[in-house]
Amino acid sequence: MIQTDICIVGAGPVGLFAVFEAGLLKMRCHLVDALPQVGGQLSEIYPQKPIYDIPGYPSINAQELVDNLMKQIEPFHPTFTLGERLEKIDRQEDKSFIVTTSEQTQIHCKVIVIAGGLGCFEPRKPAVEKLEEFEGKGVAYMVRDPELFRDKEIVLAGGGDSALDWTIFLANVAKKVTLVHRGETFRGAPDSAEKVFHLAEQGKINLVLKSNVTKINGNGVLKEVTIAGTDNTEYSINADYLIPLFGLSPKLGPIADWGLNVEKSAIQVDTTDYSTNVEGIYAIGDINTYTGKLKLILCGFHEAALMCQSAFKHVFPDQRLSFKYTTVNGINEF
Amino acid sequence: MGLIQFTVEDRNGQTQELEIPDDMSLSLMEALKASEYSIMATCGGMALCATCHVQVLQGFEKLPLINEDELEMLDTLPDATDTSRLACQLRINDTLSGAYIRIRGEEE
Repeated sequence: MIQTDICIVGAGPVGLFAVFEAGLLKMRCHLVDALPQVGGQLSEIYPQKPIYDIPGYPSINAQELVDNLMKQIEPFHPTFTLGERLEKIDRQEDKSFIVTTSEQTQIHCKVIVIAGGLGCFEPRKPAVEKLEEFEGKGVAYMVRDPELFRDKEIVLAGGGDSALDWTIFLANVAKKVTLVHRGETFRGAPDSAEKVFHLAEQGKINLVLKSNVTKINGNGVLKEVTIAGTDNTEYSINADYLIPLFGLSPKLGPIADWGLNVEKSAIQVDTTDYSTNVEGIYAIGDINTYTGKLKLILCGFHEAALMCQSAFKHVFPDQRLSFKYTTVNGINEF
Repeated sequence: MGLIQFTVEDRNGQTQELEIPDDMSLSLMEALKASEYSIMATCGGMALCATCHVQVLQGFEKLPLINEDELEMLDTLPDATDTSRLACQLRINDTLSGAYIRIRGEEE
């Protein structure tokens, strides 16, 4: 089991900066993020966009800010669990916590800081009857292991880059690939779109345009997918797998089940220290809400600093905290 | 300054006439949020998340043309229609005057 003082849920800019503020107070941090890389939405959604309201930087690219933050927290050697979602929090008798991720990684900590931003990015689900019933039984939202699809009949739905790319890839793996797209054309990479049209002409894939998947059926596992055209035609085809690829959208996820006061997908906090209604659990950055809340990176940085002053009491209950400036004290690596 | 009038239909089918000043450099997404509609607008208006998806039932042809970024994003939506737009890419100005807008994107 991983042992740490503070478990930070979310490795976006605010979660990363919390490591720095915690480090100044000699508290160790472990970060968990559902995304496979650090940086949160900065790295995932807009890495090349300039940000203009970071104090001291007239303009800085989102990814550059993330890279700088990683450098800034290096002296405090944070540890990371990436690509795993925090699922469960268990309070121990000594008031510490054991948190468990989606991959069963366990972290023992004294304080939990939720810096989850928008929540977890989850696949966007189309409106198809009984879709959730067949999740894991033929319905998949991503291609983890292409071998799973060898010699199977696959239906992909979507018109973005990932729908095109996986159609091209699976054309050589699966027995039959059908791509269902609402529109007539593809806006994704022109090369990929051209390849998909070419594969369809050669009869290597079945391309169904101006159509949507509307129903699915099966007997415990997926057997059949119903496709409806925008001209109101409807028919069913055999399918072992349906892969809807409609991008990701943020959801609060398991955070909603931890007994915290939640208002409109945000966690209510006390602005004296950004603590939640559960002792030892704090929430900072875009995921929290309070009167006057502004969803700005710089506000999250401020929240991180104040939160750490309060978290210190849980991590070192017997010690007195004396505030020191980095200009006087420097950075004491550990 | 002028006031731009248009009709908004929420997710429950309730409609409301909005009057938004055209000199505040607002996008439709910002105007909807300011009018207490629940819009996630995750990316803050960069046409990168599609959570401010609206369907323009009247006045679609008056709107400025869609650019490639917006089209690409709309293509990722399972429920996009031929008259779908991203509210963050529409400015409050004359082109929206008299439009009928149905909110489609995810709720906060």
